[in-house]
Amino acid sequence: MERVAIIGMGQTQHAAQRTEVNFPELVYEAVSLALKDAGIGIDGIDNVITTCNDFWDGRTISSMATGDVSGARGKNVSAVEGDGAFGAFYGLTRILSGAYGTTLVTAYSKGSESVPYLITNAAFDPIYMRSLGLDMVTSCALQARRYMKRYGISEEECALVAVKNRGNALANPNAHQGMRITVEDVMRSRRIADPLKLYDISPVSDGAGCIILAREDRAKKIPHRPVWVKGVSFCADAYLLGDRELSECRALEKAAQAAYKMAGIQDPRKEIDVAEISEAFTYQELLWTEGLGFCEKGGGKKLIASGATAKNGDIPVNPSGGLMGAHPVIAAGLIRILEAARQVRGDAGDMQVKKQVQLALAHGVNGVCGQSHCVWVLGRD
Amino acid sequence: MGKRVAIVGTGQTHHRSIRRDVNGQELIHEAAVRALKDAELTIDDIGGVVIGNMDHFEGINYVDCWSIDGSGGYLKPTIKLTTGGTTGATLAVAGYHMVASGMFEKLLVIGWEKNSESDTTGAIITCTDPIIERQFVAGAISGLALEAQAYMHRYGATPRDAARVSVRDRRHACNNPHAQLRGEITIEDVLNSPRLADPLRLLDMCPRSDGACAVVFASEDVAEKICPTPAWVLATANRHMFSDYTDVVEMSSLLSMVEASKELWQKLGIREPLKEVDVIELYQPYSWAGLIWIEDMGLCKKGEGPKLLWDGVTDMGGELPINPSGGVVATNPIGATGLIRCAEIALQIQGKAGARQVSDVKLGVATGFGGNWWTDMLAFGKKKPN
Amino acid sequence: MEDFWSNVQPIVYEGRIKVPYSWQAGETASYFLTQLRDQGKIWGKHCPRCTKVLLPPRKSCPFCFVDTDKWVEVSDEGVVETFTLVREGTPLQPLKAPFAYAVILLDGASTGFVHVLSEVEPDEIKEGMRIKAVFAEKRKGSLLDIAYFKPVHS
Repeated sequence: MERVAIIGMGQTQHAAQRTEVNFPELVYEAVSLALKDAGIGIDGIDNVITTCNDFWDGRTISSMATGDVSGARGKNVSAVEGDGAFGAFYGLTRILSGAYGTTLVTAYSKGSESVPYLITNAAFDPIYMRSLGLDMVTSCALQARRYMKRYGISEEECALVAVKNRGNALANPNAHQGMRITVEDVMRSRRIADPLKLYDISPVSDGAGCIILAREDRAKKIPHRPVWVKGVSFCADAYLLGDRELSECRALEKAAQAAYKMAGIQDPRKEIDVAEISEAFTYQELLWTEGLGFCEKGGGKKLIASGATAKNGDIPVNPSGGLMGAHPVIAAGLIRILEAARQVRGDAGDMQVKKQVQLALAHGVNGVCGQSHCVWVLGRD
Repeated sequence: MGKRVAIVGTGQTHHRSIRRDVNGQELIHEAAVRALKDAELTIDDIGGVVIGNMDHFEGINYVDCWSIDGSGGYLKPTIKLTTGGTTGATLAVAGYHMVASGMFEKLLVIGWEKNSESDTTGAIITCTDPIIERQFVAGAISGLALEAQAYMHRYGATPRDAARVSVRDRRHACNNPHAQLRGEITIEDVLNSPRLADPLRLLDMCPRSDGACAVVFASEDVAEKICPTPAWVLATANRHMFSDYTDVVEMSSLLSMVEASKELWQKLGIREPLKEVDVIELYQPYSWAGLIWIEDMGLCKKGEGPKLLWDGVTDMGGELPINPSGGVVATNPIGATGLIRCAEIALQIQGKAGARQVSDVKLGVATGFGGNWWTDMLAFGKKKPN
Repeated sequence: MEDFWSNVQPIVYEGRIKVPYSWQAGETASYFLTQLRDQGKIWGKHCPRCTKVLLPPRKSCPFCFVDTDKWVEVSDEGVVETFTLVREGTPLQPLKAPFAYAVILLDGASTGFVHVLSEVEPDEIKEGMRIKAVFAEKRKGSLLDIAYFKPVHS
């Protein structure tokens, strides 16, 4: 794969409600920060990809609202609907195709403007599932139970994710919510749909992110070290919940294997220095670490209990706080890429892991119960 | 440098105003199966799926995930794009880049829509800013009527001129077994059809359709092994500008078409598109666009569109046939429509267009329209690009 | 700019998207739903390649990408594969919290499907428990023609 780097990035302050801006203005904030970070003007951007979602935005063709603020005037542009990590993939291919030297990719969500259960209920098939009133929380509760039952994982073991990530978020100035909590705090929080309790569930945030990708020759005169894209892939599982084995994430395994192959990684547990993954619910971090090959199937609980995924463990996961710290829904995967890139650059501030980061992993999810996954491997060289 | 990319197979459903016999996934599946059959490939040969529609027309979120049953995306990379009416063309452009990047060797691109499932106007209105303009935008038809009014006022064209466009396309559609409206109409039929929003009448407008289109994009490494005449992607150009409808000040010209076509012709080294392009599938949602936008893309000077129509230049057998498939006024499953334009051009290049075949096609252009007066353009050629 | 915000409340504009939908079920789902409604029977569809009996039935197999062939009647009894007890409900749900969703594998089907459990104590629910469909009194050709599933006490 031709050498392409992330040369700039920006994210907004994520919050429960950003009342002083509408979503195009959120995007503008992130775009402005990214351009400044890259030390280029909007003229240095050859093409633009927006990632959005008509349902979360309450508008069909919601990319109409974000073109101007992303600098799309006079340029070739497109829009991906799904998680930002997927949008960034398309942005990458528009450079690899030879068409453009730089791509600006944005992703955003103003979750406070909508009613999440209505939005996620719309993901369910109108004929066979919608009338059941399922939403993201209740369907992920089904997956959590299946996964936990199969491997004998307790709610307390899942709670470790909330403790770690919400704690990590305290060091993240952009996070929506960081908190110092204990496993008991998680166990005592309101039960929403067993086994998911309030603190097992990531908050829905308002926020936006932006990254600028550049071909090697355009990545030379920038203020920061370029972060190289070493491997990317994505994959989707079957759709109906009953068609899937919910205690596994085969789509993530496939995506990860393909990304690792591109990056020349043979032992992800040893070779990946830090990972930013999309854990909308605590059980998901355990399950995704298995799908990513950081441990064997069912081993996610031991991995976290061992301290290996703590900020200064040997495979830190979500030093930024992950989705527990901020979950601007469609932007989540793009922000993971951004946070992983910062680790590679060495400018993640108080979130920076101690060891030198040679390879970082970022991950985004689309659909219900992690049906579709996108995996990015970023590198220092 | 990227790979060269071609369309090696296409498939479409027989578009109808309402397909009661299938749900959305099954509609998608029909088109996907036909495209694979046309390319003589199986789903196992496909590296990934790119799919699109306009969300609020079917009311389903995360369609890339939902459509797996029909699209063949099971345990494959699957991604969704949506850009309103331009979706189909946007999908084709994405198919091009994703294969040209070397990330995929063979990619299945699917556009679909089941417009019968919703109140189309009600859904389209949600594209507007809820605070600034949603209260007074009355849907796509009145928006287009504004353009027609502005054009008439500036250049003196008449509803009769516009009607000539509908007559052409409806006649062309008779040659297309996939088209929804297959019956010739006369100028008088158009002028006497029910009024919608002045000066537009029913037969000036496109229908809404249930339909799907699937296209297989393949890289140069395999394209010529898959089909004898791949339709090579030569260039793409698009402009999605303006945030709100009220940003669009000049309406007698489609600015995005002016800019996108300039870029496209420049990339192709084309000075006189009227002479150098062999066929165009124009995303023309209503008759007047067939006058206005052909001027904006440089086929003739502003105001001279009607002359091209009346001289028969754009008819089958003319110098530059437009919409041999019957175009959008004959068939409009919105998420598919832009991709159908690409599929039709591919068929023209491959010599597989049957009764609607234009002779000796070396270079064809497909366009997409939608969103906030946006334009997408793709050029396809018979000869492998350098 | 900061001074401005210290004295004003941002305006919040309330709105709703209300677009009516009429989803065509297609012939396959129509048969399934009318059989639920008129016969109180549950049908799956067989894939000739992987031999799975798909429930809910599909016109083509999502795994194999081939047309399904035979209709196969499936029992109204089966087992709970996984479940969740919903404690904080939403207005979209068919039952009032607390109630359970479950992925149910009916005898004769190869794939599970999601439905709701009722007439059961929360601590009774476990994976592998046998349950049976309870059909609604008034049926209209929808998934909720099965009102819920309840335990089979042997």
